[in-house]
Amino acid sequence: MLYRGFEPVIGIEIHVQLSTKSKIFSADATNFDAGDNENTSPVSVGMPGSLPVLNSKAVEYSVKTGLALDCEIRRHSVFARKNYFYPDLPKGYQISQYDKPICENGKITFNVGDKEKTVSITRAHMEEDAGKSNHQGEYTLINYNRAGIPLLEIVSGPDIRSPLEAAEYARTIRQIVRYLDVCDGNLEEGSLRCDCNVSVRKVGAPQFGTKVEIKNINSFRFVEKAIEYEIERQIDAIERGDKIIQETRLWDPDKNKTFSMRAKENAEDYRYFPDPDLLPIRVTEQMISRYKLELPELPIARAKRFRDEQGLPEYDAMVLTSERDLADFYEETAKQCGNFKSSSNWIMTDLMRELKTTNKSLSESPIRPAHLGKMIELIDKGTISGKIAKTVFQEMWASGKSPETVVKEKGFVQITDPVVIEKIVDEILSANPQMVEDHKSGKKKNLLGFFVGAVMKASKGQANPDLVNTILHEKLK
Amino acid sequence: MIDKKTIEHIAKLARLKISDQEAQEYSLQLTKAMDHFQKISEIDTTGIEPLVTPTEIEVYWRPDEVENSFTAEEMTENAPSRAGNLFKVPPVV
Amino acid sequence: MTDLTNGSIFEIAEAVRNKTVSAKEVCSHFQSRIEALDRKLNSFITINDGALLEAEQLDARIAKGENVGPLAGVPFGIKEMFCTKGLKTTAGSRALENFIPPYDATAVSRLKNAGIVIMGKLNQDEFAMGSSNETSYFGAVKNPWNLDCVPGGSSGGSAAAQAARLVAGTIGTDTGGSIRQPASFCGIVGVKPTYGRVSRYGIIAYASSLDQAGPLVSSVKDAALIMEIMSGFDPHDSTTSQKSVPSWSINLSDDIKGMRIGLMKEYMSGNLHLDVQKTVDNAIASLKLRGAEIVEISVPMTEFAVPVYYLVAASEASSNLARYDGVKYGYRAEFKNLSSETLEDFYGKTRGEAFGAETKRRIMLGTYCLSSGYYDAYYNKAGQVRRLLTNQYIAAFQKCDVILSPVTTAPAFKIGERSSDPLSMYLNDIFTTSTNLAGLPGMSVPFGLSSDGLPIGVQLTAGHFEEQKMLDVAFALENDSPVKGAKPHVI
Repeated sequence: MLYRGFEPVIGIEIHVQLSTKSKIFSADATNFDAGDNENTSPVSVGMPGSLPVLNSKAVEYSVKTGLALDCEIRRHSVFARKNYFYPDLPKGYQISQYDKPICENGKITFNVGDKEKTVSITRAHMEEDAGKSNHQGEYTLINYNRAGIPLLEIVSGPDIRSPLEAAEYARTIRQIVRYLDVCDGNLEEGSLRCDCNVSVRKVGAPQFGTKVEIKNINSFRFVEKAIEYEIERQIDAIERGDKIIQETRLWDPDKNKTFSMRAKENAEDYRYFPDPDLLPIRVTEQMISRYKLELPELPIARAKRFRDEQGLPEYDAMVLTSERDLADFYEETAKQCGNFKSSSNWIMTDLMRELKTTNKSLSESPIRPAHLGKMIELIDKGTISGKIAKTVFQEMWASGKSPETVVKEKGFVQITDPVVIEKIVDEILSANPQMVEDHKSGKKKNLLGFFVGAVMKASKGQANPDLVNTILHEKLK
Repeated sequence: MIDKKTIEHIAKLARLKISDQEAQEYSLQLTKAMDHFQKISEIDTTGIEPLVTPTEIEVYWRPDEVENSFTAEEMTENAPSRAGNLFKVPPVV
Repeated sequence: MTDLTNGSIFEIAEAVRNKTVSAKEVCSHFQSRIEALDRKLNSFITINDGALLEAEQLDARIAKGENVGPLAGVPFGIKEMFCTKGLKTTAGSRALENFIPPYDATAVSRLKNAGIVIMGKLNQDEFAMGSSNETSYFGAVKNPWNLDCVPGGSSGGSAAAQAARLVAGTIGTDTGGSIRQPASFCGIVGVKPTYGRVSRYGIIAYASSLDQAGPLVSSVKDAALIMEIMSGFDPHDSTTSQKSVPSWSINLSDDIKGMRIGLMKEYMSGNLHLDVQKTVDNAIASLKLRGAEIVEISVPMTEFAVPVYYLVAASEASSNLARYDGVKYGYRAEFKNLSSETLEDFYGKTRGEAFGAETKRRIMLGTYCLSSGYYDAYYNKAGQVRRLLTNQYIAAFQKCDVILSPVTTAPAFKIGERSSDPLSMYLNDIFTTSTNLAGLPGMSVPFGLSSDGLPIGVQLTAGHFEEQKMLDVAFALENDSPVKGAKPHVI
């Protein structure tokens, strides 16, 4: 995408908070709603003598994410100390990874509009989160509950070329980590944090421009907006003849602007060195093959399968695979009834509408996939008509009952006995001799529709429409 | 030679406020020590992986289990200044 | 039991268990010794006011027939590097002058579970940075053999208190010789186990890849017993070994016939004090008499041990001591108006005032070594040489079982004599630092007295996790020691 002859170059760093029960280097809990400093221990407060001990789940989640991002997994990766002083950093250093990250050289492919885009993943490394500062004007208060929560920092290559691509990239990462069940993906609570590096250059310029880092973006819409703003700001500056300074800027969602936080005059000297309290992380072949086996089918592959093997339209496949539980819901429904398209339709229209109007999540749906599948089965077997099914669905939603129970209790079974239908047809015909005459003589067209409607009404909608059609045809010849 | 300016830069990195006289002293002492330590540069270490942990130690990783052994009160009661169970520091914005 | 003062840990524990003497009596006996003698030595920073009560509780449990552990009622002193729950722990620094830990170091809790009574916390060099105990914020410790001399360091308080028998046992930490050197200066037994034997959890870190805790006690057998209790895997320290801990004290044997004793070429040609040389020669002769085989070995990289040690230790320390920032615990500088302070001044002033000169020097040295542009030449290079040194040691232990060497070039020096020149102080550590760099077990066992009546120890070093061999040789030396029973004047 071009802007006044300039091309934006964007790279994104996403901090993914891994959803382990305990912290990365201590047994403190990680719940979001704990009281002040309640989730702390000597390790997370950086008490003298405390030592980090690695959480095995954090390694598992990191390796699984790396595999899902098509990364090479380092068999020997190393924790390093990143030394700097800040009150939210209890030890005066953050345990992170530096020159030997656990995952490297991956890539992901996703759709932007109707085009495919591939973005390289430079690295993904494990680190501990810092605490939280609460600014009170006169002073600042520090809470270390968050200090030590495991993070996986996923760093993309500078491959992104538009704000929309950036937002789609971030959405895709979120989708993947949620599929893997390694992160809840909650942006508001900070479970996923995006920092965007943005620069612009004249089209065809061989080198990247000076990059600016934007932090504090807590929605994908803001990713798009912040980058859009930043591109324009940088081009304006260049066109004015100003120099872009390397700095960190924050996104202000109220003013729709980025503003400067601090200039990175000279690169900070973090004095990284391997943490002697932790041995190198050894990832064995057995671990990798086990994690590979445990890896769920990822959204892109799953959408492809829904499209190619189950004949779903592209749009359906995309929507259904947007969340793992939705795709699972769909597959379970389809497995029950064997009707892919119908399962997709019912979920995407009726079910999603109900969820939306009642503000429920999929897991709270009173209709379970097996029931929905059974209902579709009843339609396909002709037990109920499609029209009745709408009523049955409402009843299932309201009561949580199985479709069979609803149909039985409400007497919704379709009339498929030709003798019974013929009787109703006969009654309708004999009650309307003039119209029969008009139809047969061809005086009036399209009276068939009238008769079908009348028969359906007389049967309270339960007559099988195909049979009604066939019998009426015969009788009106 | 670790001159006074370097000492001042290092002291800043290490967040140690030192007097002029201290800087002068450290400059002399550290220069002397580093001149002596410099002799390791003679050793050919091409291709040698640096040693961090000196003995063979079996890998141990924690199971992902929560233990709640300390109260917020215990974790904050040594603080020079606090508000409730939060640590109080100068304004950092 | 008549001679509580000079009783071994074994004897005191047994007497308490058999109710020959109560834990309370033992405790008050040592309490009065501390009261009477420590004003001369300054070996304690904090006295545990609860000691007598703890001893009484032990007696009550013994009366009920409970199993109170192998060290029941043994009065102990703990170096200030170890966190002790509810008992002030300062690391000898103003930075922690009022710090009361909410937890026990694993080594301490294991000793407590075995029944020790903590009499108090022992003085040391600030953050264990020093070889004379002169860098302590709480004042220098005096050598009980000669009050004008240093007790060595950094575990100077431990060595002095043990030598003066103010307690029956002490523990210390050793990063570059901090157990062995003061043990030698004070005429007691000090052991640094293999890196990974003893959990570092709860021990205030100086240099994480070098620090190890161990006993400073009066006999080899006591040392073996205390090590057994302190050692072993700890899920709170993933650098502890999962190897099982041998019953060193039970296996202890002075039959060392056929044992190969290595004499390191590089350590035997130095500028040794005459009395130290004599002590080492006597030890060699004594081991020969017992049928040990003397072999010459060579570890050429030891020439570089002091530079490598200081580069590695200072680098790690500069990071380990970053947490002392006046936010969570410990010293914070006075600020008239907190809200007008910049963070940089807040940290700079606090840390500038919290640390003593030697600690600041090492933080600066380490910060310099890790800083951009110097990392490869210093920290990384030192790590490479460290591997070469370790490999040479491993090769040397193919040819011998235990290496015998001096601990220091000379006996204890006078207080103030070397504190003005940091480099000359660093060079004291010439024989002790390589053991830590290579992660080997090492110890000092008394074997001589200088013409001035100062104790001299010899150093024994064994291969990784081969503490038993080293202890056996020490046991043999102890039994043959020409200075057996010699006591400092204060006693």
